[in-house]
Amino acid sequence: MKPGSRWKSAVCDTEVVVVRPPSSALEIECGGHPMVAAGTSPPAGLSLSPEFSAGTKAGKRYSDDESGLELLCTKAGQGSLSIGGRAIGEKEAKALPSSD
Amino acid sequence: MHTALLLEMASDAAPDRIILGEMEAGISYAELAARARGGAAWLSTQPGETVVYLGLNSPHLPVAVFAAGLAGKPFAPINYRLSDEELRRLVARTAPSVAIVDEDMLPRVQGVDGVQLIGSGAFQAICEDAEHRAAELPFVDPDIGILLFTSGTTGEPKAAVLRHRNLTSYVISSVEFLCADDDQASLVSVPPYHIAGVSAILTGIYSGRRIVHMPAFTPEGWVDLAAKEKISHAMVVPTMLGRILDVVESRGEKLPHLKALSYGGGRMPQIVIERALKLLPHVDFVNAYGLTETSSTIAILGPDDHRTAIRSTDPKLRRRLGSVGRPLPTLELEIRGPAGEVLGPGQAGEIFVRGDQVSGEYLSKKVIRDDGWFPTNDGGWMDEEGYLYVEGRLDDVIVRGGENMSPGEIEDVLRAHPNVADVAVLGIPDNEWGEKVCAVVVSRAGECSIDELAALVKERLRSSKTPELWVFRDALPYNDTGKLLRRVLKAELTKPADELASA
Repeated sequence: MKPGSRWKSAVCDTEVVVVRPPSSALEIECGGHPMVAAGTSPPAGLSLSPEFSAGTKAGKRYSDDESGLELLCTKAGQGSLSIGGRAIGEKEAKALPSSD
Repeated sequence: MHTALLLEMASDAAPDRIILGEMEAGISYAELAARARGGAAWLSTQPGETVVYLGLNSPHLPVAVFAAGLAGKPFAPINYRLSDEELRRLVARTAPSVAIVDEDMLPRVQGVDGVQLIGSGAFQAICEDAEHRAAELPFVDPDIGILLFTSGTTGEPKAAVLRHRNLTSYVISSVEFLCADDDQASLVSVPPYHIAGVSAILTGIYSGRRIVHMPAFTPEGWVDLAAKEKISHAMVVPTMLGRILDVVESRGEKLPHLKALSYGGGRMPQIVIERALKLLPHVDFVNAYGLTETSSTIAILGPDDHRTAIRSTDPKLRRRLGSVGRPLPTLELEIRGPAGEVLGPGQAGEIFVRGDQVSGEYLSKKVIRDDGWFPTNDGGWMDEEGYLYVEGRLDDVIVRGGENMSPGEIEDVLRAHPNVADVAVLGIPDNEWGEKVCAVVVSRAGECSIDELAALVKERLRSSKTPELWVFRDALPYNDTGKLLRRVLKAELTKPADELASA
């Protein structure tokens, strides 16, 4: 899982990009199902798991302390993100004054 | 991560929002994305491996930045203020390249080997062409996003390499996606070949704040445009701010829409920022310190810091107006001594920085260390609360009898004198002290008494910092982005000794 690689949800519109790769190989899920590499088609017949349906927001960063993985959501969707069934939370970002 | 993804995200989320140009005739995200794709389709079929941009600020600039990125070619904006000879020499270094050039500048760069020219207007026509927009783009692995030639105040310009991952790291860690309201707009008056000009485009696109480009800076034009376009945000270099304040004051202009004004790109004289805070009390001032090699800002002095400092009578808080604030939370920053040891609060040394946005790399050599730390070649120190004070380029710090002195600190004191219009302080080789302090003064109307100026420094600082050599000039040499050319002054002053008045 390279930094900059892009992934999309198998069950909703969510798309993410890897900002910081995990310390060891893992699978990211969205809406309860593994995400697929952008540009490939997901397996058919899957549906959004109600347990993972809180939604993602474009421009939010999601990070997992355990694996070190950090993602940026590039397109919002209905599913929420997890690793092996463990939910990944939104990263708290401190707002900075505009400097450009 | 590719910088084009920043635009893709925004045009996905808010396709119809006007992001470029004037309120009446602006360009939407969707249109910008479509033009960039059209330009990229054409650029990817051209032999040139780098996309050169030689032209003024305009909405065409962001189109060209993203078109080059989507085509997988580094974007290299070039300083059009160079002499023809310097310009041709610099453009030749980019070969094989394709150069997008404002029509009136085309004759200046005609016939450079390996450099294919296209006029800005002709390139825009390509970007707007339906066939190009519909063309399939080849997949590109993002690598070098921007090549920026340093201003060359210390010699031949070096090509700083900014990779897509450096630039996007800076943007996503310092700006909240689409955080700007519909009615916000930022005025960009720094030129395209300045790092602040590049970062203004990327952070503007990500924040959703409409970008209004000013082709060439004049203080009157800036104030006019700020009023007409209801500008809420802007970034200026210190010399611009001083001149803007003159216009604001003489016209009694209040700039009611302006919410935030950031400044950087050189040392801000304390007297100028104090005046700005007084004349524009409703504006949030932000001091942004950064380098080309760090993809823009690495430390920020925020609006509250400014207000606290200006209201305070405690000299410790007051002097924060001369600080560049605290490092961004996503970075590590250290002050190191000559042997590489990390120094504590109050101790001056070289500023080192580490983080994803730091490139620290030129086409000719890598300056960043294997462990990710980048020596900035800027001298500075931090106070107990982590506020950073930049003393300037290490080569400019004056070392007199083993004591380090910041030219800027002495300049601030002298500039406070009513008869001093401008001043530069530098170290001149001296047999006894190693270096001695020299002040080059531009006086306002009337005479400036050396005794009076010397007494001022002695009183406010200390006697060892008092200039021993005083020179009076009609003007000081600056480059076009407001950086004082100390190298030029120093070369002039170390030559003939007999014309100089010794104190």
